[in-house]
Amino acid sequence: MINAVSKQASPGHEALADPKRIPLTIRDLTVAYHRKPVIWDIDLSIPEGKLVSIVGPNGAGKSTLIKACLDLIPRSSGEVIIYGQSYEKERKRVGYVPQRESVDWDFPVSALDVVAMGTYAQLGWFRRVSKRSKALSMQALERVGLADYAHRQISQLSGGQQQRTFLARALVQDADIYFMDEPFAAVDAATERAIVELLKDLQRRGKTVLVVHHDLATVPQYFDWTVLLNMRVVAAGPTESVFTQENLRRTYGGKLTLLTQAANEIVKSR
Amino acid sequence: MLEFADIWNVLFLRDYNTRLVVICTMLLGCACGLMGGFLLLRKRSLMGDTLSHATLPGVGLAFMLAVALGGDGKSLPFLLSGAAITGVLGCWAVLLIRNHTRIKDDAAMGIVLSVFFGAGVAVLGMIQTMPEGSAAGLESFIYGKTASMVLSDFWILVLVTLCVLTGSLVLFKEFRLLCFDESFAASLGWPVKVLDVILLGLVTAVTVAGLQAVGLILIIAFLITPAAAARFWTNQLDRMLLLSALIGGASGWLGASLSAFYPRLPAGAVIVLVAAFVFLISMLIGSERGVLVRWLRQTQLKYRIGRQHLLRALYEILEAGRSDGELTIQAVPFRQVRGRRTWSDASLREYIRRAYDDGLLEVQNKEDSIRLTEAGLAEAAQVTRNHRLWELYLIEYADVATSRVDRDADMVEHVLGEQMVARLESQLQTYRSAGSLVPASPHPIVPGD
Repeated sequence: MINAVSKQASPGHEALADPKRIPLTIRDLTVAYHRKPVIWDIDLSIPEGKLVSIVGPNGAGKSTLIKACLDLIPRSSGEVIIYGQSYEKERKRVGYVPQRESVDWDFPVSALDVVAMGTYAQLGWFRRVSKRSKALSMQALERVGLADYAHRQISQLSGGQQQRTFLARALVQDADIYFMDEPFAAVDAATERAIVELLKDLQRRGKTVLVVHHDLATVPQYFDWTVLLNMRVVAAGPTESVFTQENLRRTYGGKLTLLTQAANEIVKSR
Repeated sequence: MLEFADIWNVLFLRDYNTRLVVICTMLLGCACGLMGGFLLLRKRSLMGDTLSHATLPGVGLAFMLAVALGGDGKSLPFLLSGAAITGVLGCWAVLLIRNHTRIKDDAAMGIVLSVFFGAGVAVLGMIQTMPEGSAAGLESFIYGKTASMVLSDFWILVLVTLCVLTGSLVLFKEFRLLCFDESFAASLGWPVKVLDVILLGLVTAVTVAGLQAVGLILIIAFLITPAAAARFWTNQLDRMLLLSALIGGASGWLGASLSAFYPRLPAGAVIVLVAAFVFLISMLIGSERGVLVRWLRQTQLKYRIGRQHLLRALYEILEAGRSDGELTIQAVPFRQVRGRRTWSDASLREYIRRAYDDGLLEVQNKEDSIRLTEAGLAEAAQVTRNHRLWELYLIEYADVATSRVDRDADMVEHVLGEQMVARLESQLQTYRSAGSLVPASPHPIVPGD
């Protein structure tokens, strides 16, 4: 109760809230490849139940940020805290959707097999994929509208369907915080709508979702929290206060393209 | 001349001299096929090659060490241990170069592979000059020499095959995840490096055990070829691995048997050639991804689409020509059909011929005009209906502009199943009761000449 009150009273001051209720806190995070820093001194705190977009130009370190949070790449310094604990301890509450291009879609597995991979952590070593796992995976496929494609080999799915397969796999993880690396990349309009519906549904159930996003035009529409990133955090907070022309200019700097200008127009017109 | 009885005896293990060798290579083939499947899907084929080439200095050094310790140096487990050690060292060197420099995988493997192999050749050269060395026969590790296999080889292979079999059964789920999506595996908390080491360990065991039979140069082919062949037949990992093991086993069995009749042919080469033959056949006629199957599927699709285009063209011509009420079947001049789409004379005539064979058309006046049969009209109406339903759906739900909906619908309508059509109908109920079975076209139809 008190937490809820304090949260409402002073949005943005999560330090007052119970750390176990904060899905993600990042302190002083720096990641370097070949001694060249990719992201610097990231300090970030994401409140519970937000749909968060991570936005920035190419090479801003958006994917790197996600991967560093998930311990997939070594951190040069800093720490990542999930629900007040280390990632190691709260791993089961974290779901991950990698970039679609990161895997070989020619691999000899069916969509159902891929989704069932989301249950492997619960299954543990050596145990085969159980009937229960398969049933759960089937439900997840239904939720993303792919029930009819469960037994298709994954190369026979369209790009959008492949992306939805990945989302279904994250759904069966039944996590509390999700990291999604460009789920909207190169998907058709129908898939984009399906994904947005799914995100909103997750939010309604109190989940927190971080999404690396490219399409500035849809940021205010889809996300209520935004992190503007360009090696450092340029701005982070509620979308309506962070997603300003000034901040975008500071994020994209000289790289401001026609597309981002168009987005600016949208921001202005709001 | 070869006697049939001899062949029979060798193939079915009745011949005492060759029995052991044939069983050994068969076991090795199974183990190779199984591990090769994972190696192929993990995209580590070249890593296997590096590993096998890097075993050579180990064999030589183990021999020298054994001699220095006072033995005769021919203890096989000892030699193979040496091989395994430098093999793994080679892989480790590749990872080291890759992770700590900016040199890419392929260059790192190229360097390590040739340097280790070169070192091995040098060590073998030194052994030749030693008094004990001349009779060592270590060169057989390079090309393989099945004839030299003895009972202890058999037991080593049994052990390795059992390890590989248990490993891939028990860790099937883990290996599948590792090979498909390493970073997701890591995010779930699986120790990806440990799994990789186990996989590499099993591959090392198979490689080292296979040195005697096929030699270090050809072992990689024995690992990869059966797996690549199996991939043409199935889209399921478990079946692919099983098939790969079977193909490997069969290649080993046939290859070793063949080389038993022609002692001058090195068995390793014959085995690999047999496996390559299976690969070639699979590539051509593999039931899932074979070249022939793909070609057939494409051709079938092409003709199905062609036939549907033809029927719809005829239907729309009749539709445009009707005064009112029922559509009546009339003969349509060829050139009018020809003008409906950009299709070549030859392909249109081929579609017409096929539709005629199927009883959908009657051809009149030496193909100058064509006329739908009753069955043809029914199917044409069905085809046109699907096309229009799909068009309406696109306009209604996918925001496709009316002017380009025809083209978009063209691509999908041919693959609509009954289920899909039923769903379209239910979503577009308003159009269903628009009087006729076939809804009106949402765009103006460009008439033929």
